[in-house]
Amino acid sequence: MSEIRGFYSLWLREIKRFVRDRTRLVTSFVQPILWLIIFAAAFATRFIGSLPSDLNFKQFLLPGIIGQTILFTAMFMGINVIWDKEFGFMKEILVSPVSRLTIFLGKMVGDSTDAFLQGIIVFVIGLAIGIPINPITLLYALPILMLVSFGLVSIGLTIASFMSNLEGFGAIQTFVNLPLFFLSGALFPLKGGGLPTWLTDVAAWNPLTYGVDALRHVILGNSWAPLQVQSLWVDVGVIALFDGIMVIVGTWAFTRMK
Amino acid sequence: MPHIIETHQLTKAYGSLKAVDKVDLTVEPGEIFGLLGPNGAGKTTTISMLCTILKPTSGTATVNGFDIVKEANKVRKSIGIVFQDPSIDDRLTGRENLYMHANLYGVPAVEQSERVDRILKLVELEDRADDLLRTYSGGMRRRLELGRGLIHYPKVLFLDEPTVGLDPQTRDHIWKYIRDLKKAHDITVVLTTHYMDEADRLSDRIAIMDYGKIVILDSPSKLKETLEGDVVVVRANNVDALSELVTKSLGFNQKIIVDGALEVTVRNGKAVMPRIMELATQNNIYVESVLLREPNLEDVFLHYTGRNIREDTTKELHGIAAARRRQIK
Repeated sequence: MSEIRGFYSLWLREIKRFVRDRTRLVTSFVQPILWLIIFAAAFATRFIGSLPSDLNFKQFLLPGIIGQTILFTAMFMGINVIWDKEFGFMKEILVSPVSRLTIFLGKMVGDSTDAFLQGIIVFVIGLAIGIPINPITLLYALPILMLVSFGLVSIGLTIASFMSNLEGFGAIQTFVNLPLFFLSGALFPLKGGGLPTWLTDVAAWNPLTYGVDALRHVILGNSWAPLQVQSLWVDVGVIALFDGIMVIVGTWAFTRMK
Repeated sequence: MPHIIETHQLTKAYGSLKAVDKVDLTVEPGEIFGLLGPNGAGKTTTISMLCTILKPTSGTATVNGFDIVKEANKVRKSIGIVFQDPSIDDRLTGRENLYMHANLYGVPAVEQSERVDRILKLVELEDRADDLLRTYSGGMRRRLELGRGLIHYPKVLFLDEPTVGLDPQTRDHIWKYIRDLKKAHDITVVLTTHYMDEADRLSDRIAIMDYGKIVILDSPSKLKETLEGDVVVVRANNVDALSELVTKSLGFNQKIIVDGALEVTVRNGKAVMPRIMELATQNNIYVESVLLREPNLEDVFLHYTGRNIREDTTKELHGIAAARRRQIK
């Protein structure tokens, strides 16, 4: 029972901090708009032919940018861990009677909720700028957004638990973010584009590949089937497996943190 | 229960260096127990072990009857900790910080609001309770941390250098709180400090620590009595030379130079004063003033460790860093 309350208070803290951070809320709108408007405008014509005829480039791109937003937000959350270590609050949490598993889960689910909300914001932005998608598909996308967030946030928290300064984490963040993003099929289809096999081979090991693929399944429906990486259920299975592994790794990382 | 805290040969070693070296001590329920020592003496390491933050290299200890290694979780539930460095979330309000702590320590939900209100009143932060911590002053934050450590009704409250970096007025304030809290909640307080006046005015008993060992343990008044003597304080134009002469010609070894004055601890101060004056005159040293005073804790510290606690003014380093620094010395 006290573990549940501990979890709840850690979760609530992350939410409060997120809601109070106005700058982050505002900037979370900017990046997806840049991708969906500028990048899409420039690259749409170059993709003619490689997409199914009933999909336009912006429709294709939106789930990728949702995935990218979740990834970047998730990695950014690691900064909070370093911040907490620097300002001593981590000590208060770590010496409490709450187990390390609960501490990790509370922080991870709290940060995932933030990433999840950002994902929803991007979906709504997509609708607002007139990308033809069915608003109802958001409902199907929600559980996938949550599942994808869990694993990616866990990566950020795990890395951050090993780091002691913000500068170092910033460097590693870029190092993780960009390869995962570029190798996930977020910006181009992994199938049917005549991509080099090394690229598709590496992408097959990227958890975000399955997250983006699953999001395309639910948001684009049957139109996506010809280019799918895996079926929706395989995607979900891979993500869930990855989440499970990352929770174990993350809890271990938090256990050895002083 | 006989002792609220008991340690047996408690040791923390970093390589071959012992930050805490075979410490045996007992703390009685309801007392304020002071661990006094210069920076790097092993005070923080000792209480870190008692708080289950560090695992001892050897030896054992119990807090509230629970083993600090085997029953770490039960120990954690029995204690409150106020760290040397701040450990509050400055993006939450005072009240939110307290609620969070109550949840982490499993305070029943129905009791939380009453306890939080009572603590806020106790540390006089009611009107600022719903402001973000970042708008609090240093003293206010410290008070909130003190209050926070009490929300789960701990049996023992550990305070690591509770007034470091605070102005004298705030320190007075904090001392008053610590005494009031002890009385109101009937808890045991263990505090570390390198301030003599803090140890003297707050503690029922003091353990002086140096190089990882307990040098002596007693009540402040008894410690001062053990010196059985007076302190002769001499101001002169050449205290260094006078200091050497006092040892060479008169044979007094218990001495130190503090703020440009020579302080000699002797059995019979009244008889010694004129002899020091005489010695100074014979050697052309001009004496500005002489006075006699009773020994204070600082003299006790000097007596048992052979040095002045104020020689060290740098921030306390933990673990290996502290041990290394000691090696360099």
